[in-house]
Amino acid sequence: MPIGYEPIATTTLGSAQATVTFSSIPSTYTDLVLVTIATTSVGGRDYNLRFNSDTGSNYSFTVLAGSGSAASSTRASNTSNTGLYTVAGTSTSTPGVVINHILNYSNTTTYKTIIQRGNEPAGEVCAGVSLWRSTSAISTIAITASTGSGNWNSGSTFTLYGIKAA
Amino acid sequence: MANTYIPIATVTVGSGGAANIEFTSIPQTYTDLLVKASLRDNRTDSPVTDTVITFNSSGSGYSIRMLYGDASFSTPGSATTSGAVYIAGQYQNTNQTTSNTFSNTEIYIPNYTSSNNKSISVDAVTETNGTPIYASIVAGLWANSSVISSIKLAPMYGTLAYVQHSSATLYGIKNS
Repeated sequence: MPIGYEPIATTTLGSAQATVTFSSIPSTYTDLVLVTIATTSVGGRDYNLRFNSDTGSNYSFTVLAGSGSAASSTRASNTSNTGLYTVAGTSTSTPGVVINHILNYSNTTTYKTIIQRGNEPAGEVCAGVSLWRSTSAISTIAITASTGSGNWNSGSTFTLYGIKAA
Repeated sequence: MANTYIPIATVTVGSGGAANIEFTSIPQTYTDLLVKASLRDNRTDSPVTDTVITFNSSGSGYSIRMLYGDASFSTPGSATTSGAVYIAGQYQNTNQTTSNTFSNTEIYIPNYTSSNNKSISVDAVTETNGTPIYASIVAGLWANSSVISSIKLAPMYGTLAYVQHSSATLYGIKNS
């Protein structure tokens, strides 16, 4: 059987909104890939994921980033969502691209690890890893441009793919 | 549900080498494109060369943010270009590195048929079981509203060429 991406759902915004949510995610895949091509209403926003509406302090992340003039790294623990550096510009001329690999998302025995690559050509390039400390299968993913501030602009696109192991 | 990670074309460099690897007449039927490449050039005065990426044979409108690291630096570095004639920064192996080692390069090109500017993501490594080795990640922009119909990979310096067994495969990905 060929191994590849199978599209689960795509959302292209017709108007600005703060959060994009994929819900009722089927548990029939091995991994998920979430691809975002987006701009935001406020510059300098981070890219955050939250799973199954869990607002508890159950997330942590480490990010390596380059601004074009300097490299930096940061990490945080016991946060209320995953984190990634500025990855979405305010202009449609420089959309940010984020690729998230959500590994073994449907298992109910281990915590969930997310490998992330963020690209904003006019801002920063970054690589990150996040952890959600839950043994629940991921059935819902909410994507925000920094919690509580800034909207995703109209035209931003969010696509969720499923990948099956051989 | 259909598998939508579809191989479109593969190029493998033969014994005579090749100045570049190019995909042309790319169909417009996908949402995103992905290139996975294994690259090595015939350079002998350096262990690394930038892979140059251009679209539609265009020589303008490119910019990058890059983050890189190698075994000789204690901390990684970052660099940027704007108004460039290509996307560079992602590294590939050369003939100065360990024999039979090739780069591992991945280029993700979302929304390549849109009329917006094109943002891309590149990851590249040149592990050789020696030093120096390089890893780089690049956020690239082609400020052009044209649909991408061709992609060319080439060593940064025109006198260089890809050696035999360098290869690249272009995949198409659909979001529905």
